[in-house]
Amino acid sequence: MAENEERLRRTMMFVPGNNPAMVKDAGIYGADSIMFDLEDSVSLPEKDAARLLVYEALQTQDYGDAELVVRVNGQDTPFYDNDVKAMVKAGIDVIRLPKAESPEMVEKLEADIAAAEKEFGREAGSTHLMAAIESAKGVLRAADIAAASDRMIGIALSAEDYTTDMKTHRYPDGRELEFARNMVLHAARAAGVAAFDTVFTNMDDTEGFYRETEYIHQLGFDGKSLVNPRQIPMVNKVYEPTEAEIKNAKNVINAIQEAKLKGSGVISMNGQMVDRPVVLRAQRVMKLATASHLVDEEGNYLEK
Amino acid sequence: MKSKVNRELPDDLMKKLDYKPFETTEIGNPDVQRVAPKVHVSTGDDKIVSSIKQVVADTVKDGMTISFHHHFRNGDFVFNQVMRVIIDAGIKNLTLAPSSLTGVMNDMVIEAIKAGTITNITSSGMRGSLGDFVSHGGLKNPVIFRSHGNRARAIEHGDIKIDVAFLGVPNADRLGNANGMEGNAVFGSLGYALMDAQYADKVVLLTDNIVDYPNTPASIKQTQVDYVVKVDKVGDPDKIGSGATRFTKDPKELKIASMVNDVITHSPYFKDGFSFQTGSGGAALAVTRYLRQAMIDNQIKASFALGGITKPTTDLLNEGLVKKVMDVQDFDKGAADSMHTSGNQQEIDASWYADPDNKGAMVDQLDVVILSALEIDTKFNVNVMTGSDGVIRGAIGGHQDAATGKLTIISAPLVRGRIATVVPDVTTVVTPGDSVDVLVTEFGIAINPKRTDLISALGNIPGLPVYKIEDLQKMAEKRVGKPKPLEFTDRTVALIEYRDGSIIDTVKEVKD
Repeated sequence: MAENEERLRRTMMFVPGNNPAMVKDAGIYGADSIMFDLEDSVSLPEKDAARLLVYEALQTQDYGDAELVVRVNGQDTPFYDNDVKAMVKAGIDVIRLPKAESPEMVEKLEADIAAAEKEFGREAGSTHLMAAIESAKGVLRAADIAAASDRMIGIALSAEDYTTDMKTHRYPDGRELEFARNMVLHAARAAGVAAFDTVFTNMDDTEGFYRETEYIHQLGFDGKSLVNPRQIPMVNKVYEPTEAEIKNAKNVINAIQEAKLKGSGVISMNGQMVDRPVVLRAQRVMKLATASHLVDEEGNYLEK
Repeated sequence: MKSKVNRELPDDLMKKLDYKPFETTEIGNPDVQRVAPKVHVSTGDDKIVSSIKQVVADTVKDGMTISFHHHFRNGDFVFNQVMRVIIDAGIKNLTLAPSSLTGVMNDMVIEAIKAGTITNITSSGMRGSLGDFVSHGGLKNPVIFRSHGNRARAIEHGDIKIDVAFLGVPNADRLGNANGMEGNAVFGSLGYALMDAQYADKVVLLTDNIVDYPNTPASIKQTQVDYVVKVDKVGDPDKIGSGATRFTKDPKELKIASMVNDVITHSPYFKDGFSFQTGSGGAALAVTRYLRQAMIDNQIKASFALGGITKPTTDLLNEGLVKKVMDVQDFDKGAADSMHTSGNQQEIDASWYADPDNKGAMVDQLDVVILSALEIDTKFNVNVMTGSDGVIRGAIGGHQDAATGKLTIISAPLVRGRIATVVPDVTTVVTPGDSVDVLVTEFGIAINPKRTDLISALGNIPGLPVYKIEDLQKMAEKRVGKPKPLEFTDRTVALIEYRDGSIIDTVKEVKD
């Protein structure tokens, strides 16, 4: 597992790697992660051009604080090797492996990344990776896949391929994804990495998008993969903590600081001992509140 | 000599045309003298003329100034019909003084210039092949670009003396009572044409729809009209407006629009009774949608919306969120129809709208205005006239006029494709930075340092980064690089007037 617990990953925005305008503008929408795609959204004749475009963009464009991810072509394609080499050379944060079905595939990617880091003089271990689960096989081995590498930052469910593999298709209520979602989520949590839910493609169904996002938020996913920047503020809204949650979290943080000042190992609030899970949850709430611009620099709730 | 925005102006032309360089955006309280048109007295029973040919023969002579309006936009059938007859009649040395020139007129204007029929042009703007033609030195005398408010001023002052105005209307009675609301090719407000109707020596109405006398409501009145000509068709209704106005789905436009809305709602002007002008275009329409929600959420109603009107704005009127719409032109059929049905949508002429030399124009009362830009520079000067190649491809419109509003917001992407919008110096200064307050780009906003009050009001909006405009310019340059400087010859092909009639900048012939 890579050292990345601190990061918020509510939104992972897909950007077709062969579209210069979208690649150029990808940084302006406030996505937590930007995923440049060299795989499914790029047609065969454009594979090399897309790789070059993303490579150049990573050298020249400013994407602010966003985590930069590239979805490379699969290991069974002739593009995979060059994709991995070019992206490591470009200094990408995360390489996303599509159609992961076994820990061996992750191990191969890790070895290829390590070799590329050496070849291009990048710091060993600086390139992280993640895996997309897109088949029944992948779902059943999700736990092994998630735990297959120290560089792993998360696993994602990709529902289009998965539902095809399951001989079904996507339904508005998402029941066909129940098992996969829970498998991916549990695998991620057991391995201590992030869990990303699948994309929602009907841009005209705002209500459906909110319903699905609220559902996966409730389950515990870190966030969602997105196909349109217009979905970013909607996801952020769902992940926004409430005023009560923020005020409570702030109290917990204050209690921690108080305990530190006193040199006490035990954190107490209102006479009650504060458990570690409560501390972790408070820290996450404050992080979400900061990202949602709901608190000032000191963590005080901003009245609307 | 130089204008106050540091643009070198050609001494010979300035002297020859008796122009002063631009000094200040302040209009002051001067006493000005207006002119009045010559009236050929009529009892009204001799106005109907059977053909354009006849009316041209009766009215247009070598060296005259003729005018048209552009309310039909790209659905205009009037301009080309009239100009065809004028060119074929062998008339020479005309000054063309329309409210603006639309794409559908371009080829005819070029033909008229080549034939020697048109030797001078004053307009709000020009685009496409005509802009290209003029920028490459196709017209001997420089074009004079004036804003809508400034055109009204120039007409009232006699700077533009219209001999014959050819005004297309979707209806008129036999004496010339007409409006823009009924008939086949309706466009709503006749705002720009009302100036011509009031001040031209000869007023010719062209219509495909002669209705019973007396025709009401009459925007153009029988007291102003000399001739009424029946033509087959004045315009193509499908090309007059943008049809059903659709909201943009472009995420970048939406992002900018939501940031513009943040600026407005956090400004001191966003309070009950405020007024605004949003204009047309994807981002402007989206702003109107965001603003609607903000007005509902905060229980705020606007006293008026101004300018070029679109359906989203008249929807606000119908919802009661805007009390009055002050309408100088309508950009779509929805807005045009609404003028017909709503008693709170007032047709205003260009003088009332924006004329600086007035006893009070609407723009003077305007709180918030959202304007676009082809370029904006680190002095907040705005170019809406020339493209990145230096070629004329725009129009002043009401830009300079509305920019006198209390909160002038320029909404523009930092870069368009590989072209920077925020630049060290704009190619052509149209609107001086002194009248611009806030720039909104997809990356963040910049506040004119002269507006210290706004810096404190807008400096801490959550999720809305504030930059120095110099920093935005550097960000743009980092993304797209530094372009090779444009090359021009010494020849002046156009003069840009400021709204007070002084010269703020020029356009030079491009070197190929």
